[in-house]
Amino acid sequence: MRYHPLTPADRARMLAKIGAGSVDELFRDVPQSAVVPLSAFDLPDGQGEIEVERALSRLAAKNAAAGAGPSFLGAGAYRHHVPAAVDHLIQRSEFLTSYTPYQPEIAQGTLQYMFEFQTQVALLTGMEVANASLYDGSTATAEAVLMAQRVTRRPKAILSGGLHPHYAETVETVAALSGEVVRAPVTPGRSEDLASLIDDKTACVVVQSPDVFGLIRDIGAVAAAAHAKGALLIAVVTEVVSLGLLEAPGFLGADIVACEGQSLGNGLNFGGPYVGLFATREKFLRQMPGRLTGETADAAGKRGYVLTLSTREQHIRREKATSNICTNSGLCCLAFTIHLSLLGEEGLARLARLNHARASALADTLSRIPGVSLVTASFFNEFTLKLPKPAAGVVDALAAKGILAGVPASRLMPHDPTARDLLIVAATETTTDEDAAAFAAALKEALS
Amino acid sequence: MTMNNQGRPTAPGTIEANELATISGDRGLDHEEPLIFDLGRDGMTGVDLPDVQLSETRLGGQRRKGPVGLPGLSEPEVIRHYVRLSRMNYAIDAGLYPLGSCTMKHNPRLNEKMARLPGFGDLHPLSPQSATQGALALISQLMKWLTTLTGMPAVAMSPKAGAHGELCGLLAIRAAIEARGETRKRILVPESAHGTNPATAAFAGFTIDEVKGTADGRVDMIELEGKLGPDVAAIMLTNPNTCGLFERDIRHMADATHKAGAYFYCDGANFNAIAGRVRPGDLGIDAMHINLHKTFSTPHGGGGPGAGPVVLSAALAPFAPLPLLVHDANGFRLIEDRDALPKGARPFGRMSAFHGQMGMFVRALAYMLSHGRDGVRQASEDAVLSANYILASLKDVMSAPFGDGPCMHEALFDDSFLAGTGVTTLDFAKAMIDEGYHPMTMYFPLVVHGAMLIEPTESESKESLDRFVHVLRELALEAKAGKMARFEGAPRLSPRRRLDETAAARKPVLRWRKKELPQAAE
Repeated sequence: MRYHPLTPADRARMLAKIGAGSVDELFRDVPQSAVVPLSAFDLPDGQGEIEVERALSRLAAKNAAAGAGPSFLGAGAYRHHVPAAVDHLIQRSEFLTSYTPYQPEIAQGTLQYMFEFQTQVALLTGMEVANASLYDGSTATAEAVLMAQRVTRRPKAILSGGLHPHYAETVETVAALSGEVVRAPVTPGRSEDLASLIDDKTACVVVQSPDVFGLIRDIGAVAAAAHAKGALLIAVVTEVVSLGLLEAPGFLGADIVACEGQSLGNGLNFGGPYVGLFATREKFLRQMPGRLTGETADAAGKRGYVLTLSTREQHIRREKATSNICTNSGLCCLAFTIHLSLLGEEGLARLARLNHARASALADTLSRIPGVSLVTASFFNEFTLKLPKPAAGVVDALAAKGILAGVPASRLMPHDPTARDLLIVAATETTTDEDAAAFAAALKEALS
Repeated sequence: MTMNNQGRPTAPGTIEANELATISGDRGLDHEEPLIFDLGRDGMTGVDLPDVQLSETRLGGQRRKGPVGLPGLSEPEVIRHYVRLSRMNYAIDAGLYPLGSCTMKHNPRLNEKMARLPGFGDLHPLSPQSATQGALALISQLMKWLTTLTGMPAVAMSPKAGAHGELCGLLAIRAAIEARGETRKRILVPESAHGTNPATAAFAGFTIDEVKGTADGRVDMIELEGKLGPDVAAIMLTNPNTCGLFERDIRHMADATHKAGAYFYCDGANFNAIAGRVRPGDLGIDAMHINLHKTFSTPHGGGGPGAGPVVLSAALAPFAPLPLLVHDANGFRLIEDRDALPKGARPFGRMSAFHGQMGMFVRALAYMLSHGRDGVRQASEDAVLSANYILASLKDVMSAPFGDGPCMHEALFDDSFLAGTGVTTLDFAKAMIDEGYHPMTMYFPLVVHGAMLIEPTESESKESLDRFVHVLRELALEAKAGKMARFEGAPRLSPRRRLDETAAARKPVLRWRKKELPQAAE
């Protein structure tokens, strides 16, 4: 086996040093009846690189990669161009094969990029502090709700109907254990009345902007309504590139921002691994979940970084920890940091403008097709169309032609009859004029 | 000196910098590197994109009013910055990384290559399912490997890390108890458990009752049986346990737990010691998460991302979270909502937005196909052999609290061999850094004073193990002989000396801030 350096002779000498006659003796604490022969496992034996690569490449070839043709899929995961330098850098052994930086003297590389990441996230979101990332945007949202329940000591979370339904289900799964979760009714393309749902038991209101249909929400108005009743406002962003063009939630009154960071540095990966951004106000710092890097100095007076405020975390506080989380999304967080460093202020602004311009042009093209109307009057790089027939069938028809036409809203909200004809469409900097034209032509044909 | 609640010092003394200072501040290949925010210049970017100006926008009046505040750098500057940072890190590719409980084994590069195939890496999670059949087949294959190796009937794939898997398992247990119409609030957790176990139990709404250990490093069966009762939902046990020992009474524990109407959760962090040899399903376990980043070698990446699928017994399988993967005449299908659930399925909810850590699934399956069942078994045996070799080679100069019998995949030492030497556990660890090694896991498990937990893994050659043993023996002998030179102020040869954790926590500086420009004189 190419990954195992010990030879039979090594093993014999090691057993002799140990004073054991065989490896079996080392397993003597295991009940003998629980030891099974290899034949008990209905699995193949080991293979060389050539065979493994062949087997997995065959499976990969059965999937329609987003880059293989025109793709307009979004709804929480977006195809952006990731500069080649990003993937090269994150594959450096020193990043890829290191552990959590528990020995800071020999982990300054990891600790410093985490500090840079925390700063970038705080700047993007307009918040005072950010952690070193959570698993993804949906789990970050769930953690935000739990944190709001701790901070306010109130049980109820109100979720906007525009919150991605999978996010809402993720929140409900954990936040309903000790509290109450209320999902506001959804009207695609409209803002619902959240203010009337807020009462003195409300811990937080969760608003996604742009929402799952792409509509840009007035976070400031909801924040004011929440604050008037002593509740926190949690802003959710599933497309982080939008923050290059849209006002930062922190400047609109958000108390916690939970964001999916996949769009920067990270591929689609069929849903994971992604990187959850989590930022809040300094006064809530001690209630924040997740890993944090802080600046300090070493014994010689040089600036350096360490994991800090771990008295919030499970390995110190055990059952009194703010969360059970034990990792961050390390390498995905590094990819995010490098991509954003490459973009810089100017690159991010250009990228965001380009996304908005491409989506605007596409929305105009598609909504001119007879029977098709634009549901979302405002949007960033994703919008919702109303079709004259069920969207799922149209998506399947276009997929057969090699066009990934978007996400039918019915896939995310199968119980909602108003979602049946809605198609959520995203465009990014990777969308070409030819892609848009092919989409328009195929859609027209499918609807005729 | 400030200590944390594990008795670990958190602030260094000050030291004299007596090395020759260079003009640049750099030292040969060791470069100092400022924060990215202290580099660059306005207007520069490392990505060429068209400069589209928007004559009108549809942003609902929410356009950003000011700049974000990011620095501008060209591509070569960004690459140099992060390459320099990388060189300040220790890594498994660079040396033995004996962190007990963490399993720092080799990360094959084939696995990285496979995860980047466009059919996996560039695949959208909400693509029409007809366009993702290969990805779903891959998940299905991985599920078969996991259920076969563990001897369990079902597996939930969506948890994103070990702790997330623990949560998934406990939520399934909670749902199963509710389905029985019962209320059970207490979870028994051994004192040697990973911190995530009690944290997860509390997170899932349970109260925690700690079970003491025996003098030989196992769970006290008598105390466990005494604590079992009608309000106990589950026990959470790590096996092999965090002392690196197999729980001999595990079947007895499972029987007693089931008899009391409770479920048996196993923390599978140490599955790498027994994979291919012992099936947890044969031991009476109801749920166990599998850290793909440990046993199946997906890279740790400086702390993530991981993946924590949970295998489930027949009793818990119906409560597995959405989405569910099914296979029928039309191929593979993901069930993402409560409509059209397979017969008997009662999912407790959803762990995250999509279907799990696909990138990690590809890597883990590549590992499994490469190893095969024979290679998986060989890996476990070599890991156990190497840990026992370390134990046998060091126990005469270091102190091994449970060193009379064999260990599993990790060898536990305590700091009693340092008593009276003036060398602390931390000094000993930091001296290892100067010798070119990452220290072992320190101060964990908590049941042993000054714990030092060494997990060599199956990835080290005998020569590498011998060299490591030689260094540790010499360090132990010097400490005992009162030779302090290698310990005082260690490490001296690393990119940083000991860092002041107390100061970092007392006045947290968690981000860079733009320096205020001094006011111009009037």
